[in-house]
Amino acid sequence: MPFRNFKIIYRRYAGLYFCICVDVNDNNLAYLEAIHNFVEVLNEYFHNVCELDLVFNFYKVYTVVDEMFLAGEIRETSQTKVLKQLLMLQSLE
Amino acid sequence: MLAGSRPGVGKAATSRRLAPLCSPSPGKSKEAEIKRINKELANIRSKFKGDKALDGYSKKKYVCKLLFIFLLGHDIDFGHMEAVNLLSSNRYTEKQIGYLFISVLVNSNSELIRLINNAIKNDLASRNPTFMGLALHCIANVGSREMAEAFAGEVPKILVAGDTMDSVKQSAALCLLRLYRTSPDLVPMGDWTSRVVHLLNDQHLGVVTAATSLITTLAQKNPEEFKTSVSLAVSRLSRIVTSASTDLQDYTYYFVPAPWLSVKLLRLLQCYPPPEDPAVRGRLTECLETILNKAQEPPKSKKVQHSNAKNAVLFEAISLIIHHDSEPNLLVRACNQLGQFLQHRETNLRYLALESMCTLASSEFSHEAVKTHIDTVINALKTERDVSVRQRAVDLLYAMCDRSNAQQIVAEMLSYLETADYSIREEIVLKVAILAEKYAVDYAWYVDTILNLIRIAGDYVSEEVWYRVIQIVINRDDVQGYAAKTVFEALQAPACHENLVKVGGYILGEFGNLIAGDPRSSPLVQFNLLHSKFHLCSVPTRALLLSTYIKFVNLFPEVKPTIQDVLRGDSQLRNADVELQQRAVEYLRLSTVASTDILATVLEEMPPFPERESSILAKLKKKKGPSTVTDLEDTKRERSVDVNGGPEPAPASASSTPSPSADLLGLGAAPAAPTGPPPSSGGGLLVDVFSDSASAAAPLAPGSEDNFPQRAFPKHPRISAGGSEFVCKNNGVLFENQLLQIGLKSEFRQNLGRMFIFYGNKTSTQFLNFTPTPVPRCGLDSLTRTHLNLQTKPVDPTVDGGAQVQQVVNIECVSDFTEAPVLNIQFRYGGTFQNVSVQLPITLNKFFQPTEMSSQDFFQRWKQLSNPQQEVQNIFKAKHPMDTEITKAKIIGFGSALLEEVDPNPANFVGAGIIHTKTSQTGCLLRLEPNLQAQMYRLTLRTSKETVSQRLCELLSQQF
Repeated sequence: MPFRNFKIIYRRYAGLYFCICVDVNDNNLAYLEAIHNFVEVLNEYFHNVCELDLVFNFYKVYTVVDEMFLAGEIRETSQTKVLKQLLMLQSLE
Repeated sequence: MLAGSRPGVGKAATSRRLAPLCSPSPGKSKEAEIKRINKELANIRSKFKGDKALDGYSKKKYVCKLLFIFLLGHDIDFGHMEAVNLLSSNRYTEKQIGYLFISVLVNSNSELIRLINNAIKNDLASRNPTFMGLALHCIANVGSREMAEAFAGEVPKILVAGDTMDSVKQSAALCLLRLYRTSPDLVPMGDWTSRVVHLLNDQHLGVVTAATSLITTLAQKNPEEFKTSVSLAVSRLSRIVTSASTDLQDYTYYFVPAPWLSVKLLRLLQCYPPPEDPAVRGRLTECLETILNKAQEPPKSKKVQHSNAKNAVLFEAISLIIHHDSEPNLLVRACNQLGQFLQHRETNLRYLALESMCTLASSEFSHEAVKTHIDTVINALKTERDVSVRQRAVDLLYAMCDRSNAQQIVAEMLSYLETADYSIREEIVLKVAILAEKYAVDYAWYVDTILNLIRIAGDYVSEEVWYRVIQIVINRDDVQGYAAKTVFEALQAPACHENLVKVGGYILGEFGNLIAGDPRSSPLVQFNLLHSKFHLCSVPTRALLLSTYIKFVNLFPEVKPTIQDVLRGDSQLRNADVELQQRAVEYLRLSTVASTDILATVLEEMPPFPERESSILAKLKKKKGPSTVTDLEDTKRERSVDVNGGPEPAPASASSTPSPSADLLGLGAAPAAPTGPPPSSGGGLLVDVFSDSASAAAPLAPGSEDNFPQRAFPKHPRISAGGSEFVCKNNGVLFENQLLQIGLKSEFRQNLGRMFIFYGNKTSTQFLNFTPTPVPRCGLDSLTRTHLNLQTKPVDPTVDGGAQVQQVVNIECVSDFTEAPVLNIQFRYGGTFQNVSVQLPITLNKFFQPTEMSSQDFFQRWKQLSNPQQEVQNIFKAKHPMDTEITKAKIIGFGSALLEEVDPNPANFVGAGIIHTKTSQTGCLLRLEPNLQAQMYRLTLRTSKETVSQRLCELLSQQF
């Protein structure tokens, strides 16, 4: 967990690094797990996610991020709820 | 583990369209990619400009491509209008891409903003939760001021409306939070605030999660309005922590119930002090205990996610416990829990445990508990593999350090320093320097530590560190002799760091005389030792050494010819460096033309440095960022005894201080310089009147002081301990707080005195109605008589920011007195009325005139004053190291003459003088008998007046 003016919390999944930049006094472990929670949702949504899924569907990734994190805060933590919402949106396409 | 591409549901049309675009990008050459992209951009541009109106689908396709190109790292300067057009589409996908483009490529074109805001307004009013969500997310992601202006009124309504869908509520809450962060002035507080608080009770935990963030931020700014959130948060938290792991279903993460929400609630509670309502408080304590208990339970899953989530809540609970700082029981439990983590195999946990313990160390309840882990922490320092964890261990050692373990910790840090990572060496050096200073029980240890520091990690010892050791040595006369001896010895090492040469040069130049008595460190030996290093040093160090040499000329007239030879040498007089050359020329001239008296004045020992915040501390703060060090330091400083609240000179500035000669003339009765100070007395105390002459003489050698610390230090606030330091000194900083600094400079002659008081406004705002009034206090012994007459003129009632005003007080001592007068200062700063009272250091001994007498006379008078009331005796333990030279200096500084070869026992000190008051003159004899073995002194005073004996004895006893 390296620091700057803020701090960066990261987690590595195979070749991908997921980073979150948070305030220095924010809870490290909570955000570390938030990353994992996010990745689990991606994995579920893309059915065993890989790097190319994220590249080709970048606009969907943005939607997932917006569902889970908004205005720099954690918005929703329930994987079931997030996925339900995502599938609903997908049906609109 | 997540590798392996498998076409999934998500891979819809878009991905296929993008595929050709990015296929050359990985691998192949950069040029090929750029070429491909330029071609595509040209194509898109032509489509947008084409005569044929594009349908929604193609528009979306091209906007999406543009976005992709932008994300590949290329500039995009068109397409905004097309994106805005997409916003008004009724198809979700088109609208979504439109919003995404706008959120990612924010544009400040005002016409566009108007259109965007219009589209958002329509979507917010659409009652379609999906569209509302998109619009809210766009506001939350952009968060511009224009958006705040347009929607700060609307969003709260959506948030609290009864018929809003839960997911929209979540988005609205965080959207509002974003607007409040960017433009707090535009978000109106109103009815909605109380309803927002009640969202903590919402059925939907997602809504609670979002609302808690909003409330936390609002509560930080408006604690009163959101006070009710405390009890709601406590009950919500309590429901979560007591729930079974399956109760919360969706919100249970690896068997931990709603970890993120718990963390957020605990953070919200950290905006407030412990709840006042005992029921709420009890419930909260129960929650915290439950969390601590759960940490002890065996894990419900072996997965790291489980323990991370559990510990996230635990660490946040500990933060809250530390924040409340009121439950010793919980604090100690928290500390023990962290103690277990110190040896955990997870690096993250060790790291976090060390970090949290740092804050625990500053709580009085848990400081001791933290200290019990000292061995583990020291061990971590030695064996830990991860450098960032080692760094935390250093931080924690620093935080847990106090008087009882300072020597051990400093020793451990010093030994770690020899092998420490290069990246953290400088910081460790600073920490060691600060701890050594702060907890120095005796200054000899301090000097040793710093010299060791320079020896081990000379390259990392920044200027601040060696400046500081010099400041301290100069301000503490009890360590000067030792320091001179130690640096002299350290300099004998065949290879020593340049920083050591600097410290050595400076200290020997000031206090070399204190060790010159020993033939092994005679003046010439000292000089040769320093000069042997001269040629190996850089220019600034050589410049400093030249200043040392000229100081030697003053201290040791016998080495003057040798030094003049050196100065005259071609390598100095014709040095290519202008500074060195100028110094050599000027010093040589100075040593040739100036009389001993002038030399003694110009080259007088440096006056003590005004006490400031340690510059090292300032540096450490800068290094670590304000938030991490300050709090800890502030709380610690309050508890730590001010180690060096030593004597301080008036805020030295030629502009505000009258020149010394004017002072002397102004005093009227005073003759010119009273028998110039013997050059080798080593007592700067004697000649405080002249302490300014050093700076006044500076123009003689322009630039010559640049290497001396006093210029290099900014002024920093530090509260002066005040009081007894001034007994033997006349100048210094009397008082200092955030707003005001008061400096003093005073002179006394017979029963008259004059004191210059300098008031410095440290703020940038004017002080109004500034009225300082010195008032004599009547002793209890006689309420009617006036002992002291103080006369002064009022000063200008306004003091500009950063300005300094001077007040002159004329003092007449009518009869002997005990109570020092008080200086009352009143002024208005910003709309508030400030009142400051400090004791003025006008003590009876200021009216002392020294009397020289022979041994025979002394004992004759001693016998005459044999009446028991005339004698006062005090036996006391030495508070400072017992150093002969310093004691002598103090007796002289006290005001009496120091009589040599009077007492048959040469270890004893005797002094004589007359206390002048308007009504009487009181002869006074004193005798001080040190007992080195017992570290005790016996002080006997005989005067013709009982009250005088009593008071002088009190005053002088405090000094040793």
